[in-house]
Amino acid sequence: MIYLQLFLAFLQIGAFSFGGGYAAMPLIQAQVIDRYGWLSMSDFTDLVTIAEMTPGPIAINAATFVGNQMAGIPGALCATLGVILPSCLFVSILAYLYNRYRNLSVMKGVLGTLRPAVVAMILSAGLSILLSCIFEGGLAGMMAALESASASAALASGFRWRHLLLVIAAFFVLRKWKNVNPILVMTGCGIVELICYLI
Amino acid sequence: MKQKVIMSENRSKIKTLRQLFLSTLYLSAFTFGGGYVIITLMKQKFVDKLHWIDEDEMLDLVAIAQSSPGPIAVNGAIVLGYKLAGIAGIFCSVLGAVIPPFVILTIISFFYQAFKDSAVIQSLLAGMTCGVSAVIMSVVFDMASGIVKGKDPILIVVMILAFICNYVLKVNVILIILFCVVLGVVLTLIRTRKEAEKS
Repeated sequence: MIYLQLFLAFLQIGAFSFGGGYAAMPLIQAQVIDRYGWLSMSDFTDLVTIAEMTPGPIAINAATFVGNQMAGIPGALCATLGVILPSCLFVSILAYLYNRYRNLSVMKGVLGTLRPAVVAMILSAGLSILLSCIFEGGLAGMMAALESASASAALASGFRWRHLLLVIAAFFVLRKWKNVNPILVMTGCGIVELICYLI
Repeated sequence: MKQKVIMSENRSKIKTLRQLFLSTLYLSAFTFGGGYVIITLMKQKFVDKLHWIDEDEMLDLVAIAQSSPGPIAVNGAIVLGYKLAGIAGIFCSVLGAVIPPFVILTIISFFYQAFKDSAVIQSLLAGMTCGVSAVIMSVVFDMASGIVKGKDPILIVVMILAFICNYVLKVNVILIILFCVVLGVVLTLIRTRKEAEKS
């Protein structure tokens, strides 16, 4: 029952992504790639890139995309409903409690302890994306290369030097000019890669 | 006479709902760059421009939206909708926030297979993914250095352990989050008890 699976998978993503934006990424990866295998790692990196280039929260973008890919528009509706339902319940209850007690101290304490874990998990998902970007086949490809007979040759052939340079350049630009629009940096990277391909 | 008053009340409520729907629809359709940006724009619209909410209350609503699970833009829409027009308000504002990403990603998903087979689009996407990796790493860098600068040893240990558990040991993301929620509740209770003993 694909509709129910989509609904339940995205229900968990909605219920456990604290901290907005990128916090949903490790959860999406855990459900959509590792658990159900609905997307490959390269589809997932495409999805994150598309989500970044379009307006709207990444969790909703992911729900709509995965739902559509797996079961058309009804699937997209189930997944999207799943991802926003926990918000609707949780935020309404919290808003009600706030109106009564005006005290959010436990909530803030919990959030304080969650934040470092969320940062760590975003890093972890980010590393997967980074690896799949600079190495053919990502982490799995790298492991396979390490285990092959001529490890160094396999490593060298799978490595995408140009992508690594692009990542470093983009990172440098982002750190150097703090106010630069990230979408501009991403588009720039895309255009550079496209020019290299066309030449 | 009385009926007239009710009618005009109804009309003003419908007007509020329509405005709520159109505002969140507009913000959601044109806001790139994640939840924090959209929350700032919501504040500009509803506090500074429309004067529907005062500044202090908006800050608390933002705190609720940020401390709840789920996409921050959706959470923000829920607290605003609830505050301005109750359950009907939640319905209108969430619908407004969800429709733009849903429509955009449905269209993209429809063309994704064709997208994927085009070498030009593939190289553009591959380049942009390099940019996305850099953006994620930069965000993680900022968040992690914020936590390190906080100089709370427990939080730094949580961050390192969470990374090892998630990336190396492949522990379930939801388990890590649940553990941190429990830890956060315990730490907050200990802290409030200590403060109570002092005073």
